Amino acid sequence: MDQLLALVVAVPLLSAAAVIALGPLLGSRRRALDAVAIGVAGVVAVLLFVIMIRTAGGDEVYWFAGFRPSHGVVIGIDFEAQPLSAGLACLAAVLVTAAMTFSWRYFERVGGYYHALMLTFLAGMTGFCLTGDIFDLFVWFELMGVAAYALTAYRPEERGPIQGALNFAITNSIGAYLSLSGIALIYGRTGALNMAQIGVAVEGHPGDRLVVVAFLLIIAGLLVKSAIVPFHFWLADAHAVAPTPVCVLFSGVMVELGLYGIARVYWSVFGLGLGHRVAFGHVFLAMGLLTAVVGAVYCVRERHIKRMLAFSTISHAGMFLTGFALLTPLGLAGSAVYVIGHALVKGALFLGAGIVLHRLRSVNESYLHGRGRGLRVTGVVFTLAGLGLANLPPFATFLGEGWVEDSASAHGLGWITAVLIACTILTGGAVLRVAGGVFYGLGDPPAEDPEMAREAAEETSETDAGKRRTPLSMLVPATALTAAAIAIGLVGRLGPLVEAAAVRFTDQAAYNATVLHGAVVAHPAGLHAAEPTGVTSSALLASAGSVAGALAVALLGLYWRRVPVPRGYRPSPRAAALARGFQSGVINDYVTWLVLGLACLGGVFALIVG
Amino acid sequence: MAVFPFVVVVWILGVGLYGIVTSRHLVHLIVCLIVVQSSTYVLLLGVGYVTGAVAPYYFDVPDHTPAVDPVVQALALTDVVVEAAVTALLLSFAIQAHKRFGTLDPQELASLKG
Repeated sequence: MDQLLALVVAVPLLSAAAVIALGPLLGSRRRALDAVAIGVAGVVAVLLFVIMIRTAGGDEVYWFAGFRPSHGVVIGIDFEAQPLSAGLACLAAVLVTAAMTFSWRYFERVGGYYHALMLTFLAGMTGFCLTGDIFDLFVWFELMGVAAYALTAYRPEERGPIQGALNFAITNSIGAYLSLSGIALIYGRTGALNMAQIGVAVEGHPGDRLVVVAFLLIIAGLLVKSAIVPFHFWLADAHAVAPTPVCVLFSGVMVELGLYGIARVYWSVFGLGLGHRVAFGHVFLAMGLLTAVVGAVYCVRERHIKRMLAFSTISHAGMFLTGFALLTPLGLAGSAVYVIGHALVKGALFLGAGIVLHRLRSVNESYLHGRGRGLRVTGVVFTLAGLGLANLPPFATFLGEGWVEDSASAHGLGWITAVLIACTILTGGAVLRVAGGVFYGLGDPPAEDPEMAREAAEETSETDAGKRRTPLSMLVPATALTAAAIAIGLVGRLGPLVEAAAVRFTDQAAYNATVLHGAVVAHPAGLHAAEPTGVTSSALLASAGSVAGALAVALLGLYWRRVPVPRGYRPSPRAAALARGFQSGVINDYVTWLVLGLACLGGVFALIVG
Repeated sequence: MAVFPFVVVVWILGVGLYGIVTSRHLVHLIVCLIVVQSSTYVLLLGVGYVTGAVAPYYFDVPDHTPAVDPVVQALALTDVVVEAAVTALLLSFAIQAHKRFGTLDPQELASLKG
C-alpha cells in the first residue's frame, strides 16, 4: 500500500484538472465545485493522517514506476514519508479544507480557477513535503510558488494584489533559481539527485568548498520562501493583499514549508558532509533571532490587521528557525509542535479577519474601533486565538515554545528564552490589542489616519459585504481551528511521540539506510527520551510572563494616549518613517536586499569553512 | 577551458540581477529575470558537458563513444517549462499593472508602502 504516497499528490492534481475541464459544464452551479474542492482536500488530509500514523512503525518509501535502487545506487525518483513530513503535509491539507469551507460563502464571484489553483497549491505542498529527490524539491517548490502567485493576484481588478503578487513572484523566482544553481552544482559534484545518495557522496569528501557553495545556494531559495530577514520583504505585501482564505495557507504552512526544506536539506543531505555543525547552528540561530525581533517590532506598530498578522508570521518563522538552529531533537520537536499550533491559531486569526472584512468591509484597526461589538462569536474566537499566539496553556504553541526554550537552556543558551518571550509578548499583544479595540471597543478611539482610510477604501470587492449575520460556513472553520490548537496541546504523550519523530528526522544514517537499502530502522525507546519533554515549571512561568506581557502590551496600545510620557520618549515620526522606508513595496529594493543578504551569508559561510 | 562555462554563468547571473535591481520598467525587469534563469541553463549544461563527446543519442556511433550527460539536459528542459509558466504569469501581471496604475515603473506602483 505504498501507493498511498503517490495518491496524495495525484488526487489533488487530477481533481484540479477535472475542475478546469468540468467548470464550463457546471455553469453557474459553483457549489458543486466548492463541494469537490472541500471533499478532495478533506480526503487528502485523511490519507496523509493515515500515512503519518503508519510511519510511526518505520519510514515509508515509494519508488515511482518501481525503479528501486540497486545495490545502493538510485536510478529512480522516490517519495519518502516520515511522521514529521507526513504530519506537515497533513496540516497543509487540513488548512486547505478549512480555507475552502470558509470560501463557500466568502466570495461574491469565484470561478473554477480558484478551486483548481487551491488544489494545485495543495499538491505542490504535499509533494514538497514527501519528495526524496532534490531536483523534484525545486519542481514542487515552483509548482507551489506559481499557484501561490496566481492566488495572490486572484483579484486582478485591484491595484494592491497586482503589486503584491509581482513582488512575491519575482523575489521567490530568484530564490528558486538560486536553489536550482545549487542543485546543479551538487549534481555536478556527486552525480546524484536523490537526497540520500547525495548525502552519502558528500560525506566521503569533507571540507569540499563546492559543497558549501551548493548548500548556500540551495538554502538561499528556501530562506526567501520562509521569509527570513533580509529575505522577508515580499511576505507582508503578499499577505496583505491575497484573498483572506489564501492567507491562511500562506501564513500557516507555506512559509513553514521553506523552513522544513532547510531542515530537510540539512538533515538528509548536507548534515554529515558539511561538518562545522556548531558554527552553522549559530548562523541559523542568529538569523532566526534577528527575524523574530524584526517581525515582532513591525507587527506591533501595524494597524492593517492582515499586514499585522503577516509580520507576526515573520516573527514566528524566526522563532521556528531558532528551534531548528539548536540542532537538537528537542529543539526540532519544539519547532514542529510550534508550527502546528501556530498554523491553527494563525489560520483562525486570518479567518476572523476575513469575517471582519466580510461584515464590516475593512481590516483597518483604526477604522474598526468598536465596530465589531456585534460579532460576538468571532470576537471570542479571535481573542482566544490571540491568547494562543501569546502561548497560553494548553495551546500547542505553549508546548512548542516551551521545548525550544528548554532545549536552549540545556545547551547553555538560556538568554534565547528572553528573546523568544519578548517576541511572543509583542506579537500576541498586537493581536490582543486588535481584539480588545475592535470587538470590545476598549481603549481610546484612534485618530483617523488619512492613509489608512484610503487603504480601507481599497479593501473592497473581495467579498460580499453588509450581510446581517455571519454565515456558519465561516464561523465553523475558525472555531474548529482554535479548538484543534487547544486539543493538540492536550494530547497525552505528545512530547515523546514528536521527539521520537524528530530523532528520526535528524538521523541521517537511518534515512540513508531506509532509502538506499530498503532497511527498516527501529529506533530504541531510550533514544526518545534524549531530553525530557514534560511541562516544566519554567515553561509555565515563561507562558505566564508571555500572556501577562501580551495583555500589558495590548492595554498600552489601547490606552497609550493616557500614559504620561515625557516628550523626548515619544516614538519619533522620523523612526517610523525609517521603518516604513525599509518596507518600501518597490521590487528593486527587495532584490537588492536579497543580493546583499546572500553576499553576507556567503561571507559568513566562507569564514566558517575557512 | 573547463572553467569558462562557469565564468559565463556568474556573468549572466550578475548581469541579470543588476538588471532587476536597476530596472525602471516591469517588462524589462521580467526579461532580466529570464536572464537570471538563463544562467541556470548554462550551468546545468556546463555541468554535464564532456569534451569531445557526442550528443546522448546512440544512433550510428560506435559502442562506448563518450556522450554528454543526458540528465542535465532533462533538467534544463524542465527548467524551460517552469520559466515559460512563470514568465507568462508575470507578464500577465505586468499587463494588469499597466491597466490599474497606468505605469510600468516599479517605483511608481505605490499601493503597498510601509
